[in-house]
Amino acid sequence: MQPVFVQKGERKLFQSKKAMIQMILLAVGAAMLCYGVWRGEVQIVLSKAVRLCLECVGIG
Amino acid sequence: MARFRGWIQAGAVLFTNLHLPNFIKGGIYQGKGKNVCVPGLNCYSCPAASGACPIGAFQAVAGSSKFRFSYYISGFLILLGVLLGRLICGFLCPFGWFQELLHRIPTRKLSTKKLRPLTYLKYVILLAMVVLLPAIAVNDVGMGDPFFCKYLCPQGVLEGAIPLALVNSGIRAALGKLFTWKLCILLAVTALSILFYRPFCKWLCPLGAFYALFNKVSLLRMKVDANACISCGKCARACGMDVDVTKTPDHAECIRCGKCVLACPTGAVHFRYGFGDGSETKGTITAETNMEESN
Repeated sequence: MQPVFVQKGERKLFQSKKAMIQMILLAVGAAMLCYGVWRGEVQIVLSKAVRLCLECVGIG
Repeated sequence: MARFRGWIQAGAVLFTNLHLPNFIKGGIYQGKGKNVCVPGLNCYSCPAASGACPIGAFQAVAGSSKFRFSYYISGFLILLGVLLGRLICGFLCPFGWFQELLHRIPTRKLSTKKLRPLTYLKYVILLAMVVLLPAIAVNDVGMGDPFFCKYLCPQGVLEGAIPLALVNSGIRAALGKLFTWKLCILLAVTALSILFYRPFCKWLCPLGAFYALFNKVSLLRMKVDANACISCGKCARACGMDVDVTKTPDHAECIRCGKCVLACPTGAVHFRYGFGDGSETKGTITAETNMEESN
């Protein structure tokens, strides 16, 4: 199959729409990360990660 | 970039496992670096692990008595997904590199093209074993098991159980049926990796599934210059993930390894990084162009 192309200005619409989606997702990701840090998830991650995970190694 | 992928992969494995002396000591690193997750699948019970495993960390939060969902890990993975997409699988994941090294063993290689439906299995694993079961199947005190780590992930045995059991007799004595089960999974993945290209990444990895969701909107993309493309098909034949970059440059299975870039005789395939779809060049092939054509 031959590759297909877009030749018209519709590309600009796609570009701006896609850029907007990317920026929104980055903002959502950053907001979720900050909210998780704020509500104390980091402590749970750390306390799990610094102990031997019994389930992971097949003891639990 | 694609030319140096092996070195980048080796560097990434070393960076995510900086505390190498712990392999001799028989313990794991317990510093503050484990507040943060590493981008690839790397067990935090590996003696040398310098950070937390994102999949294990998500389950730890979802299975805790306090929370049922991890915004911290989800946000972290969304950021990485948008910034890099599945480049993480192709360049930064230790278990991906392990499978690639196994695949270099000179034997007959088998195609996974006919097994394409199995690629959806990893999404089921992500939803069921990572997101839902640790939050729903809880004990009397409201805590859930990390189902993926416990029953499916071979990385814990490879990086954690085996090196620790070799130097720590207490751990060696405690290994039981669960270890045997997971060792069987590791051996199966090892054998399959010799025959197939990255079977765990294609069919089972929930982290790859998460990043795959963002390949279409990732800032890092594959581009094909239609003016330079001679439709020889070398890029599609070079792809171990069964992707034809000229048809679907943003395919969810594309791990951005760049084999198509190296295979292209005219230099038509390349990486592109930035907002939007990056199709300033007239005649550049993008996911949208193919979508429009089909409409």
